Amino acid sequence: MSLRIALRHGFPGFDLDVDFGAPSGVTALYGRSGSGKTTIVNAVAGLLRPDAGRVVADGVTLTDTTAGTFMPPHKRRIGYVFQEGRLFPHLSVRSNLTYGARLAGSRDAAEFDRIVDLLGIANLLDRRPAKLSGGEKSRVALGRAILSKPRLLLMDEPLAALDEARKAEILPYLERLRDETGLPILYVSHSPSEVARLATTVVLIDAGRVAAVGEAAEVFSDPAAAHALGLREAGAVLVARIEAHEADGLTRLSTSAGPLLLPHVNGSPGTSVRVRLLAQDVMIALEKPSGISALNILPARVTEIRVGEGPGALVRLEAGDEIILARITRRSATTLQLAPGREVHAVLKAVSIAKESVGEI
Amino acid sequence: MTDWLTPDEWRAVALSLRVSLVATLVSLPIGIFVAYALARWRFPGRQLLNGLVHLPLVLPPVVTGYLLLLTFGRTGAIGAFLDRWFGLVFAFRWTGAALAAAIMAFPLMVRAIRLTIEAVDPKLEQAASTLGASKPLVFATVTLPLILPGIVAGSILAFAKAMGEFGATITFVSNIPGQTQTIPSAIYALLQAPGGEGAAGRLVIVAVIAAMAALLLSEWIARLVARRVGAS
Repeated sequence: MSLRIALRHGFPGFDLDVDFGAPSGVTALYGRSGSGKTTIVNAVAGLLRPDAGRVVADGVTLTDTTAGTFMPPHKRRIGYVFQEGRLFPHLSVRSNLTYGARLAGSRDAAEFDRIVDLLGIANLLDRRPAKLSGGEKSRVALGRAILSKPRLLLMDEPLAALDEARKAEILPYLERLRDETGLPILYVSHSPSEVARLATTVVLIDAGRVAAVGEAAEVFSDPAAAHALGLREAGAVLVARIEAHEADGLTRLSTSAGPLLLPHVNGSPGTSVRVRLLAQDVMIALEKPSGISALNILPARVTEIRVGEGPGALVRLEAGDEIILARITRRSATTLQLAPGREVHAVLKAVSIAKESVGEI
Repeated sequence: MTDWLTPDEWRAVALSLRVSLVATLVSLPIGIFVAYALARWRFPGRQLLNGLVHLPLVLPPVVTGYLLLLTFGRTGAIGAFLDRWFGLVFAFRWTGAALAAAIMAFPLMVRAIRLTIEAVDPKLEQAASTLGASKPLVFATVTLPLILPGIVAGSILAFAKAMGEFGATITFVSNIPGQTQTIPSAIYALLQAPGGEGAAGRLVIVAVIAAMAALLLSEWIARLVARRVGAS
């Protein structure tokens, strides 16, 4: 399964011009609000006719303005999970879920039970959408899209309307969905922690243009993409394995960069997780510091230093197979005489890693 | 009980009910279509259509009745055509009374339905289309159930208006007992004759009861539908 998108579309005061491919897995469209992400998914779903462009999914041309092809939305078989859920208020949860399947004339009871189970909504089936909580609505909207047997899932900030607790409730379901259904997913988000947890590929959108495409770990640790990401959000994504839960509430993890100690991480020993390390939480020391409260000190090598207009600098470090990004001042970079190839130590406080920055693979 | 009203008066009551029911049911599909077009489509002549629909609301009913006589009368352009090809005659028949009632009630029906269509979130219809529903299916499975309260309200309003229609009816189809004499025209005729007040009073009571029943029924149906649609 692959998706190829090339679009040009003009709005008053804003124009979109993108061209990228999405391989299978979760492809995140990441960028600030108003950068054009929703326009892209609407064009894929057929809810928007672009001024010019082509959308090809799995070899099937959905839109091609030069050939005059425009497949109407109901024939595209693309599941769309909207930010606001958009459940039908006049139908029960069960009828909402089976809406797409009934139209396709294929009611697969086993599949229905499996998805209902996966999303944990079995006890809601006879209720009306008006009687559901925000998190429940999101899960039903997700189930409705999946049960319409799409060839591709679009998710437009499905968690944006939820508070942190509800997000934490849904994210594991999304991870299971990604791993168990194997559906290709185009996921729109402006939340780096969501993207870091879910995405295999990240397409960074900035002011209607593609600013970077690549694996999540690459894009998030690319100093060139830091501006579009927002400096505060720049940071690397590491793959780590849970080794043990220690008695004092910390979890010991192993990475190819070295061991990490983090506040309790959910999961049994042996589980692999992703950890997002924000660049601004990483310090650099020339020698291995001692007598310091920070628990995590990883040997690393400087590969790139990017200096912007402000007083800051982004340093890209290589530690084992992992990339770590550190945001320090320009003055520190000069004082420490940092240069590509220099061996250093990356220092990070265990407590600075937020819970939502850690997720299953 | 049956001799409480004279046969002619009973006929007026039955005719009124029949005329109003037929006027409402026949104009309902057209009303839904016009309301949908006015609410959702942008086309040249939209304002003209809107004005035309509302015209009977602002014109003196006598004028509407006279215009109906000119167009749908036996010698009128449309009337002659329908008579020749379909054997359908409106002038001085109960069908004409139903046509007049339908035309007069149409703006009320369209307004009520149009308001609910405008309240339907097009995003729900978009969602249905991404789930595989073609345009007619989106209308049947999402739009129609959601505007049901408006359809019920518009129909009851139209029925009540049709029950009370007088000016256009009497101008177009006159006041023939058993043929075109509805409750309002029967009351009018009784009041014109000396000693008719008693009979007129009885018909007034019938009219009040019918109106109250229609109102209560509409409230009840509206509540039922609202619960089904999940709006409450």
